[in-house]
Amino acid sequence: MLFGKKKKPLSEYSTGELIMFRFRKNKLAMVGVFMFLFVTIFILLAPLIRPYDMVVKQNISNKLQAPNTQYIFGTDELGRDLLARILYGGRISLFCSLAIIGIAFVIGAIIGGAAGFFGGKVDTILMRVVDMLMSVPSALLAMAIITALGNGVWKLVIALSIGQIARFARMVRSSVLTLRNMEYVEAAKCFGSSSRRIIIKHILPNGIGPIVVSATLTLGAVILSISSMGYLGLGVASPTPEWGTIISENKVNIQYYPYLGIIPGICIMLTVMSVNFIGDGLRDAFDPKTKS
Amino acid sequence: MLIPVILSVTFILFVILSLAPGDVARMVLGQDATPEQVATLNHQMGLDRPLLVRYVRYMGNAMKFDFGRSWTGNFDVLAEFSHRLPYTLLVSVLALLFATAIGIPLGIASAIKQYSLLDYGSTFIVMLLFSMPAFWLGTMCQIFFCLTLRWLPVSGISTWKSFILPPVILGANTLASMIRMSRTSMLDVVKMDYIRTARAKGASNHDVILHHAIRNSLIPVVTQIGISFAGTIGGAVVTESIFAIPGIGTMLINAVKGRDVPVVMGTVIFITIIVGVINLVVDLICALVDPRIDLAS
Repeated sequence: MLFGKKKKPLSEYSTGELIMFRFRKNKLAMVGVFMFLFVTIFILLAPLIRPYDMVVKQNISNKLQAPNTQYIFGTDELGRDLLARILYGGRISLFCSLAIIGIAFVIGAIIGGAAGFFGGKVDTILMRVVDMLMSVPSALLAMAIITALGNGVWKLVIALSIGQIARFARMVRSSVLTLRNMEYVEAAKCFGSSSRRIIIKHILPNGIGPIVVSATLTLGAVILSISSMGYLGLGVASPTPEWGTIISENKVNIQYYPYLGIIPGICIMLTVMSVNFIGDGLRDAFDPKTKS
Repeated sequence: MLIPVILSVTFILFVILSLAPGDVARMVLGQDATPEQVATLNHQMGLDRPLLVRYVRYMGNAMKFDFGRSWTGNFDVLAEFSHRLPYTLLVSVLALLFATAIGIPLGIASAIKQYSLLDYGSTFIVMLLFSMPAFWLGTMCQIFFCLTLRWLPVSGISTWKSFILPPVILGANTLASMIRMSRTSMLDVVKMDYIRTARAKGASNHDVILHHAIRNSLIPVVTQIGISFAGTIGGAVVTESIFAIPGIGTMLINAVKGRDVPVVMGTVIFITIIVGVINLVVDLICALVDPRIDLAS
């Protein structure tokens, strides 16, 4: 049984239904989905749980309180509620990472799509640029861009997304190149389908799988990069909360107040792990042959 | 192939870094400087010239191994880089050694004993290491081993003990990918026809694994080591800043924070060259190990 009550032979299910079926059967992937939903819901409902002024409001008389009923996650050196900072910090980590993947994907798809579709000189030039981008380690490229632009949420998004463009451009190009010569694309051409129809109806649904998988797996790495930049003081600057920044600003107190380090660290870890589980599940669902 | 890539990478970096706003000469001289002093310094540094002229001049100097001086610290970029490079290389190489020495045997063992306790255990470790931020692991280990247990020095490079924890933290991510790669690759190889042939000939399990499976399964792993190196150098920035190692990572962070363009520029170029050369060497090693790879193509 897949979706409906009625049983039908396996051959009657569409590819999409089969992918969903394989994904749902993957226990780790489902755990990942639930963990991710859990984190996302809390982060989205942050204003209902803690008002924003608790993030920045300092209250020295309440400083460094261990987790208790009033402050579930405790307070930091300046008496700020750690729960509020983590909730609102999660918004930045999560939304920025999604924005980074989105930007990198769109620009990468345009570059890779153009290279694959037009071929010839356009392909050569665009791929040379992509090769160049890839030859610089992405962390260093991001740092160079931050040197030029300075600190800030949106500047960080730009700096980190440029490092990911090359990866998406390459992937989109190679999948366009393989799909362009497929028999069903030729057949569609023979039927007189327009280029637009071919791209939307045939190339997109068949090529999107591996790209979605890679985007999900990259998402975890991007969340880690954002927090690393925050920790190094090159990303989101305090007092704006961000998971890496929170750990960095509490560095000196972690030895005697371990909850200040453990709680934000576990938040990062759970989020990244859930995204990785989903990515692995998607990969196995799209391509059951290459299980790892 | 490497030289045009380096030329174009420097050009892109040059364009990006020239976007840095603010008056550099004013930054160097401080707020009290007169406009004349600022203008003179700008002229001395060639900052009043067009971008292309500055680029050509920079590359001309670079050919003579002159990568300029730091704007904030007034040191020679190349000299400072080569002074600091050994520490970063030492930590990175130790990290890669740690990751391969533990990762490959563990990955192969968990592939041979698939679905065993060892296999599940190592898969769990891989998942943990992949989702753990290196700076968090580093900070926590530093507090536990250095501050609470006092087994290892907290920071600096005073004794050999200073080079235990940093490579472990830096290599943690590579360790995860080594375990995963060698396990996957071993599982793939074991399914191959020549393994079945070897078994059919009556070779012992020991012989099949040692002589046929492991050697073939290591090819993708060797490539992975090369890829990991770029990540390791990037990660060295974080590790060096946690443990206050005077390598190129700490230099780079300070330069980025101080908007010290010549230092950032030089450091990124040198590291790109190093990573490029290492990838080339890895390709050559792969060709040596695997006769199916044709170098000419």
